[in-house]
Amino acid sequence: MTENEVVLMKGNEAIAHAAIRCGCDGYFGYPITPQSEILETLALEKPWETTGMVVVQAESELASINMVYGGGATGKRVMTSSSSPGVALMQEGITYMAGAEIPGVIVNVQRGGPGLGTIQPSQGDYFQSTRGGGNGDYNVIVLAPASVQEMADFMDLAFQLAFRYRTPAIILSDGIIGQMMEKVVLPPYKPRRTDEEVARECPWAATGRRGRRNNILTSLSLDPGFMERHNEHLQQKYRVIRETEVRYEELLTDDAEYLIVAFGSAARISQKAIELLRHEGVRVGMLRPITLWPFPTPRIAELARRMKGILCAEINSGQMLDDVRLAVEGACPVALHGRMGGMVPTPEEIAAALREKLIKG
Amino acid sequence: MTREEIIQPGNLVYRKPELMNDNPMHYCPGCSHGVVHKLIAEVIEEMGVTERTVGISPVGCAVFAYNYLDIDWIEAAHGRAPALACAVKRLHPDQLVFTYQGDGDLACIGTAETIHSLNRGDDIAIIFINNAIYGMTGGQMAPTTLMGMKTSTCPYGRQSDLHGFPLKITEIAAQLEGTCYVTRQAVHTVAAINRTRKAIRRAFQNCLEHRGASLVEVVSTCSSGWKMSPTEANRWMAEHMFPYYPLGDLKDNLTKQNSAAAE
Repeated sequence: MTENEVVLMKGNEAIAHAAIRCGCDGYFGYPITPQSEILETLALEKPWETTGMVVVQAESELASINMVYGGGATGKRVMTSSSSPGVALMQEGITYMAGAEIPGVIVNVQRGGPGLGTIQPSQGDYFQSTRGGGNGDYNVIVLAPASVQEMADFMDLAFQLAFRYRTPAIILSDGIIGQMMEKVVLPPYKPRRTDEEVARECPWAATGRRGRRNNILTSLSLDPGFMERHNEHLQQKYRVIRETEVRYEELLTDDAEYLIVAFGSAARISQKAIELLRHEGVRVGMLRPITLWPFPTPRIAELARRMKGILCAEINSGQMLDDVRLAVEGACPVALHGRMGGMVPTPEEIAAALREKLIKG
Repeated sequence: MTREEIIQPGNLVYRKPELMNDNPMHYCPGCSHGVVHKLIAEVIEEMGVTERTVGISPVGCAVFAYNYLDIDWIEAAHGRAPALACAVKRLHPDQLVFTYQGDGDLACIGTAETIHSLNRGDDIAIIFINNAIYGMTGGQMAPTTLMGMKTSTCPYGRQSDLHGFPLKITEIAAQLEGTCYVTRQAVHTVAAINRTRKAIRRAFQNCLEHRGASLVEVVSTCSSGWKMSPTEANRWMAEHMFPYYPLGDLKDNLTKQNSAAAE
């Protein structure tokens, strides 16, 4: 593949290729459908022979995330990927990383739940991802790709954000985007950082003392005064992230009377629903949150003031709905169209839901 | 002789390793942790690898190991230290990477991480403190608690129908292809301390020379958990622990190679 060449591949494959190209130092993962192509692609590509990227098939998702914790604690760009039940297991490691302020990237190619659920696509991990997911007061940055191109583009972005704020970052994808093939232009090759660059950029990392004072990376303190200050420091960091890192995309909102809020693959389906509705003369637009945390609350609040109604289209029981309602604060009616259990809504269904729940209602 | 005359470098017979700082230890009197910490500090200094050592501390009494030895540390979740160490060593092949874990951490909640790290042959050293009890949480049953031994969660003594059997994880480790050195030691006498120092050095050397995984079990006392004085605890350990957890090397590929080369 040459630079800027358009290739056809699955979202999962795009993640793997993008990881190698963006200077990722290590991948640690455990097979689970529908994302196993990520580890398989890496195994086939053998990046340890080219860029020097380490690839380990771990014994469990628990081990994978703790490998990411260890690798991230040394200042390296490390990642894991899994699907919903596996990411549930990873919550232990993610909260330790949040507490000890360790950067790292987790890709979740969601499937339906609860429990073992199904291998079909879902967006049922919205709450788990945007509310922290593990124990304690913390948040992680959540990016929601809506195309194979964004799977490739968000890899480097996720690492940049994770290191800028010393926090885990999640790429919240789903079985549709992971499995579907689309055109994609892969990012250009970027060399892995040298040990000297890591030491310079991450003076906090456990790299061996190298002539400085020793670094200790821990999430523990038995002194409640210290722990409260540490939590306040984390909350301050989250405030900065909320103020500076919100990302979203708008479609046809200028003249819109109705708004669909949808992320990831639900946004792709909603795009078609908007076409159908516009064809009938309904002035409808879309806001697609790209960062689910931080959530585009201020922009939704602004749009809500001039809408007749907002429809949340989700592939779950209505999880983002809570955040939309918090943003709207009663300024206009908010309705939901959601499917569960691996079922995916059609554009016709979404269009019908908007007509029935907001226009007629 | 005045005090000043006595404190001359020429008269020095013993000193604390420089890596050990002056933080007061939280360990109980008679506990083996302090001795093993000191040995690790001595070996790292002897080997001259202070600047390129990363230690992984566990959850358990040794969770605060990072407060006492001035090397870089990462504090793992309960049982996951070998997973962290695997990543650290693979991303930094020149570093000395070791974990320091108790019996609950290594042989109970972290059994999978321990076995798979050892079996992958991760080039790491694992220091395993086996005192047959959960010290930090106040004396509950451990995977290595002996049959009949009383703890707060087996107050009438460990019995097989209720609690299963004490786990000889070090014997399991010796069976794994990925391990190069598996040994069981103690620190109850000066001679035993010297043997443990050698074992730790061998394990650390293996890590630096990429020979595979090393496991050094140190059969240890927990005088508080066992409700004994330090001397009683040492005596009890020799009488009861050593018969079930016999001391000595279980596996040493380097010696095997050397003797094969000599033949």
